Amino acid sequence: MIEGLVETVQGRLYVPYRNWLGKTASLFFRELRDRGRLMATRCRKCERVYMPPRSICPECFMEMDQWVELPATGTLLTYTVVHYSYSDYHQPRKAPYALGIVRLDGADTGLCHLLGEVDFGKLRVGMRVEAVLKEERKGNILDIAYFRPLREGSESTNSSDSLSPEPRAGDSRRG
Amino acid sequence: MARRTAIVGVGQTYHKARRPDVNIGELCAEAAKACLEDADLMIRDVDAFVLGNMELFEGRYCQDMWQADFVGAFGKPGIRVTTGGTTGATLACVAFEYVASGVYDTVMALGFEKQSEGDTRAGLKTVSDPLWIRWLTTGAIGYFSRQARYYMRETGAPEHMGSLVRMRLAEHAKRNPHAHLRLEIKNIEEAMKAPYLIPPLRQTDMCPTSEGACAIVVTCEERVPKMARRPVWVKDWVTVHKEAMYIRGGKHSVEDLTMAASRLFRRNGITKPREQISVAEIYAPSTWAELEWLEAYGFCEKGQAWRLEEKGHFYWNREFPVNPSGGVVCTNPIGATGLIRVAECALQLRGDAGEHQIWREPTLGFATAWGGSGWTVAVLLSAQKE
Repeated sequence: MIEGLVETVQGRLYVPYRNWLGKTASLFFRELRDRGRLMATRCRKCERVYMPPRSICPECFMEMDQWVELPATGTLLTYTVVHYSYSDYHQPRKAPYALGIVRLDGADTGLCHLLGEVDFGKLRVGMRVEAVLKEERKGNILDIAYFRPLREGSESTNSSDSLSPEPRAGDSRRG
Repeated sequence: MARRTAIVGVGQTYHKARRPDVNIGELCAEAAKACLEDADLMIRDVDAFVLGNMELFEGRYCQDMWQADFVGAFGKPGIRVTTGGTTGATLACVAFEYVASGVYDTVMALGFEKQSEGDTRAGLKTVSDPLWIRWLTTGAIGYFSRQARYYMRETGAPEHMGSLVRMRLAEHAKRNPHAHLRLEIKNIEEAMKAPYLIPPLRQTDMCPTSEGACAIVVTCEERVPKMARRPVWVKDWVTVHKEAMYIRGGKHSVEDLTMAASRLFRRNGITKPREQISVAEIYAPSTWAELEWLEAYGFCEKGQAWRLEEKGHFYWNREFPVNPSGGVVCTNPIGATGLIRVAECALQLRGDAGEHQIWREPTLGFATAWGGSGWTVAVLLSAQKE
């Protein structure tokens, strides 16, 4: 009823940003882009390995200067399938698509990313997955195209995908 | 009955135009660590956190979510405060209130800004009413050029006064290792060569956009004896809000500043502010605002501030030191700026300000923050418990 009687004011806010990554995240993205490596940080006190890496352990309030290279393989901790599309650039791709949180082998934390090459009905918590890296990488988190289910038999050899980084060395920390 | 409250630690980053080497959380961590180090406390000694910055300036919602993880607030109680230009001082006031009320014993207040990461003006513009004036809104420069013009007309201050204020602030900033802009200004002629933004406001009259963070630790009277640092006692604080100016008929007005200071002074028996208060760290975004606002706070009569400035009255080593840190005109990471005023005041009262330590006996300190179209927060600190 009242709608015919009142007017609206409309506009659009433009909120540009350019966030500095800082030294820690910069190293991660450079390694990912240039060498296809997945680098995590490790807390000297609680020994947690953080992926994505960060410079300060939130629980110990300690600076983390130890780097650990992780393999591309991991475990799916949780997932969701998005069926709903909304029309703007905030969605990474057209629905339906699957998102998951993956704990890479050797990490203590989860990395949120897309799940690909998978029948949504076959997604299971605890399933083994691996990162598929893009051929052309730009230094952002979508340099990992998605995680896909680990193929039968590839678990032990780790050589099925040339894009997968080297398996985690016993101790590949760097200063 | 409220508990006695004291500042027992302060910390800040080295403020700069850009800090590409750290992200927002890492920048905040620097201030938190410096503050804990100053207080000689461990992060486990802090019971709660008050975090803040300007809304939208870095283009991020719920910024405290990311801050908390980096400053040791993980799993602890806290709140985000974002009150525009006054954010930094409001952070301090909330920490005071947390402690004074007995809710928490030891609280850290931490503010930051990282202005190179977003569009400050885009954020600021959203403050104005979309119905009437959003399309017209510019930023602070228009407001402060008008303010300078108004002050000149009302008091007869000559145009070089802005530059004279800047020379004092530049001298102070040179003495403060944390200050952002550290200009070498040889003489008034050189200062007057700075280009106009909008006359009579020159580039050197206006605050910069800075990146930096500041933190303080506040604790209750019972815990003070266990603290490493000499405590700086929180005597009183006040906040005043005023509606957008155009509602009041468009006349330039500083009544929010006057209301805040007079209320604070009346409550605390301050009748001769320049005598009883030994240092002022005031949030003045421009040189001209510093002059006008010293009068508005009641530190001098109308038209007297520029005459005292001419006599060098406000230098760090003189009768009434104003902004011995170099002030907002030299350093302005907005969400931290008000907190820096409080922290610098505390350093002065402790006698720990180093090169820019005032020569006067530090007794009471006056710190303010200002924002929007007229919000003022004013804090009174004391070197003595009394």
